Amino acid sequence: MKETLRTLVESFGPSGHESEIMDLIEDMIKEYVDDTYCDSIGNLIAVKKGTSGGKRIMFAAHADEIGVVVTHIDDNGFLRFASVGGLSPFTLPGNRVRFADGTIGVIGREKGDFKDITLDKLFIDIGVADKDEAAAAVQVGDFGIMHQECIDLGRRMTAKSMDDRIGCVVLIETIKKVQDTPHDLFFVFTAQEEVGIRGARTSAFAIEPDLGIAIDVTLTGDTPEAPRMEVSLGSGAAIKIKDSSLITHPKVKALMTRLAEAGDIAYQYEVLERGGTDAGAIHLSRTGVPSGTISIPCRYVHSVSEMVDKNDVQACIDLVAAICGDDLKELQ
Amino acid sequence: MLLAQLTDACGGPGHEEQVRNLLRPEVTPLADEIRTDAMGNLIAVRKGPKGNPHVMLAAHMDEVCLMVTSIEKNGMLRFRPVGGIDPRVLVAKSVAVGSKQIAGVIGAKPIHQQQASERERPMPVDQLYIDLGCTSRDDAGRLVNIGDYAYFTTKYEQLNGQLSKGKAFDDRAGCSMLLDLLRRDHNVAISAAFTVQEEVGLRGAATAAYDIQPDLAVALEATAAADTPGAPDHKHATTLGGGPCLTFMDRSVIPNPKLVRRLQTLAQQHGIPFQMRRNTAGGTDAGSISLSRTGVPSAVLALPCRYIHSPVSLLSRADYHHAVELMSAFLHSLAESEVDSL
Amino acid sequence: MDIRRILRSLSASPGISGYEGCAADVIESACPWIDESRRDTLGNLIMLKRGSGPEPRPKIMLAAHMDEIGLIITKIEKEGFVRFTTIGGFDPRVLLAQEVTAHGRQSVHGIIGAKPPHVQDPKERSKTVPLEDMFIDFGFASEQEAAAVLTVGDPITMRRSAVDLQGSYMAGKAMDDRAGAAAMLECLKQLNRMEHTADIYATATVQEEVGLRGAVTSSYGIVPDLAIALDAGFGDMPGVPDSDTIQIGHGPGIAIGPHVHPKLFEAVKRTAEEWNIRYSLEPSPLPGGTDTFAIQVARAGVPTILLSIPVRYMHTPVETLNYSDVAAAGKLLAMFTASVENGFVEGLLCY
Repeated sequence: MKETLRTLVESFGPSGHESEIMDLIEDMIKEYVDDTYCDSIGNLIAVKKGTSGGKRIMFAAHADEIGVVVTHIDDNGFLRFASVGGLSPFTLPGNRVRFADGTIGVIGREKGDFKDITLDKLFIDIGVADKDEAAAAVQVGDFGIMHQECIDLGRRMTAKSMDDRIGCVVLIETIKKVQDTPHDLFFVFTAQEEVGIRGARTSAFAIEPDLGIAIDVTLTGDTPEAPRMEVSLGSGAAIKIKDSSLITHPKVKALMTRLAEAGDIAYQYEVLERGGTDAGAIHLSRTGVPSGTISIPCRYVHSVSEMVDKNDVQACIDLVAAICGDDLKELQ
Repeated sequence: MLLAQLTDACGGPGHEEQVRNLLRPEVTPLADEIRTDAMGNLIAVRKGPKGNPHVMLAAHMDEVCLMVTSIEKNGMLRFRPVGGIDPRVLVAKSVAVGSKQIAGVIGAKPIHQQQASERERPMPVDQLYIDLGCTSRDDAGRLVNIGDYAYFTTKYEQLNGQLSKGKAFDDRAGCSMLLDLLRRDHNVAISAAFTVQEEVGLRGAATAAYDIQPDLAVALEATAAADTPGAPDHKHATTLGGGPCLTFMDRSVIPNPKLVRRLQTLAQQHGIPFQMRRNTAGGTDAGSISLSRTGVPSAVLALPCRYIHSPVSLLSRADYHHAVELMSAFLHSLAESEVDSL
Repeated sequence: MDIRRILRSLSASPGISGYEGCAADVIESACPWIDESRRDTLGNLIMLKRGSGPEPRPKIMLAAHMDEIGLIITKIEKEGFVRFTTIGGFDPRVLLAQEVTAHGRQSVHGIIGAKPPHVQDPKERSKTVPLEDMFIDFGFASEQEAAAVLTVGDPITMRRSAVDLQGSYMAGKAMDDRAGAAAMLECLKQLNRMEHTADIYATATVQEEVGLRGAVTSSYGIVPDLAIALDAGFGDMPGVPDSDTIQIGHGPGIAIGPHVHPKLFEAVKRTAEEWNIRYSLEPSPLPGGTDTFAIQVARAGVPTILLSIPVRYMHTPVETLNYSDVAAAGKLLAMFTASVENGFVEGLLCY
């Protein structure tokens, strides 16, 4: 699991430009599933056929990550950029950016009070002397990601793009673990979640699932003077009650709670006041899909050092696997 | 010139009839099939050989405008913007109200009677009103109704060099380009959607795309150019006269990278100038089309346009010409492509 | 049954967004005038009243949302107090000192408290109490005692029975949009005594307050030829300009804006005039806040219109309306839907 995570978080996949990460994941899983394919928006879909008479279950973890896109190159070779997804300007100065070809840049800022920082006062320095030299490496419209290594802290791990590569890890490990299931399982590694939950929308329309489960990170309330929130690192898989995109279907909440208790899987309920996940799009597909989200508690979300607890990750894997093998009586 | 008629016509979101009525007779002889839908989208279908991709081209007919929300006792009209209008551009403009296009002006307190501090603050919309010259509610009520749209009265004009002036290049320029493209033969299946309600949430394009089910789509748009004094280079977004703009990302869509690359390559091959839109703000019909059903690879081709969403905007006719040439080259290239190659 | 009495019980029934089951039961049991009913995946209640015309008959969707804004538990404190957040747009200033009911393993009553003014410094007193400083006191003495009944994620509703004010005025919680549901029932009741060609899909939608979600999926499933949404509109009141409100006691508002099909608008207005039903015009330059907005863009598009029942003090537990507006909206709906024929529906696609 550790090495899978390291490979995923250190690969390249800003929203809309996920082909590298999707290829990596496809290689990791294709021997364990019946079919894999990509659709037109760039989702990777892995299908595991059921033995018979089961439901169609869609699991979604987004493979895209937040990043930057170059909007201007000045005469001295400095790059201006816009954010891809929700990057906070306060986390950026001094951090590094990597482009698809490996070019690295450092984020600097204009003069002024730190509290007045906005994205348009920041720039990227790729270590060149002028515009021509810069243009040989980077073009306006090139997408980049934050650059930071993954570190194993023992009980916990920290890396960029835990959101939502850790969700991808949960699906990959589940795929390896699940043997026979009556259900047709669709594991969707979605594109463009960070820019508006887009990949989940088109893939759910195509799959027409009977049950939709998103796997994504959630915030915690367990750090000094944190905003009040019940979720904490190490307390198990978080069963989402609501966020801005979804009110978990009561039947799905009941299903996940029953399986967690029956399987002795540590869990906690999560009420998230803002933010959304792929389930927000899945549950509104066509005539509606009973949907829920299993969240991996994560500190410092959308920074380059997102942190998760290994036991929580294992609990999420166990819970997803339990759903795959269950008779889903709540949905009858 | 049809662009002049189109941009002078009035068509607020949900009330695009003047524009539709100008376009329909032009489009009818060029299309194999023509229809309107529940929202008022005008869809013209050009059949093409099977096996090649079916492309949807979209340009929106609606424009930002004002809505009359009440008539005061003294006959003045209160209003609110429909779509994104900076209220600071409204003061002291002339407008035409309702289906009878009644003339009015947006009044303002004379500078003499303002406190010094007042002059520094923008006038909020709820302090502005339209004066028709009526003296009572009954008087005004005979001419206009609550809910009527009011439009800027700017007329199309050619300025020096290559520039033209008009009130609604966003997106009548796109409508005009789309019509020009239909006048040529590209030997590929095209569904041309003249859409409604783009300015209130990319709405007409959503239902049109659901109906059309294209293999790919391009939105023809007008986009903000901020290449004006006082704006630093890196905030220009686009440059007037710099060629049509290609989008790598906006609030509504990350265009399909292969389509963008194809458009860039075609422009280079044909010696057509183009620029990247150097900004990620704003949304276009491509946003809702790209998410229709199981997804549609989509791109945006936009004309740079100064002072957009205001009573008067400027475009370059050279940019217009180059945009049509680039799209035409693109359509020709599709005629030689397989659906799967996308 | 008297629709006014139904409105009173509708107002009282709990049903925050995502948890509308009780409200749906009340509506369904109050409606004997339909041929069949079902609930879809998200819980939308769809009641079909068949028309008498030859098939294919026009399909008319009526939509009133049955969810109400409310609260949800976020944390149970050591001392047994309960922290919460809002579902839907509550102004935190109206929450202080309200009585509430939490729906956990059992239903329990509590009150919303905050630090009393005596122990606040003068600066604090001049500020509003932020939501995160409020809590609910159910009388639990400890975390354990509270946790035996309540869990994070349990829904909470305002505890308030509707009050009859002077004349036909009535105040209560959740009039937005149980008033719309009552008008829809009034329409079905009247249609029961009339001939109508079209099939009527009277839909009580879920999750409107958190993003028109029930309307998205129900309209996709129904595929109506036209749809009429009923929602609460801003009633006139002191301090709010006339241009932003509709007159209460003067019949329903008929919305004008991009979300309203022009021919549908003319036809409904004409019906009101033919039957001497009073109405106001409700200009809607920002039309995103009702089910109409979602239904209009379902599939390849649906001709839509919005009727508004004027309600004062919107999104508070004392939403106030005049019952005559509900009755008038129901009558207008009935008269209009009874007049809809295939030819009219086909004309809605011709611009």
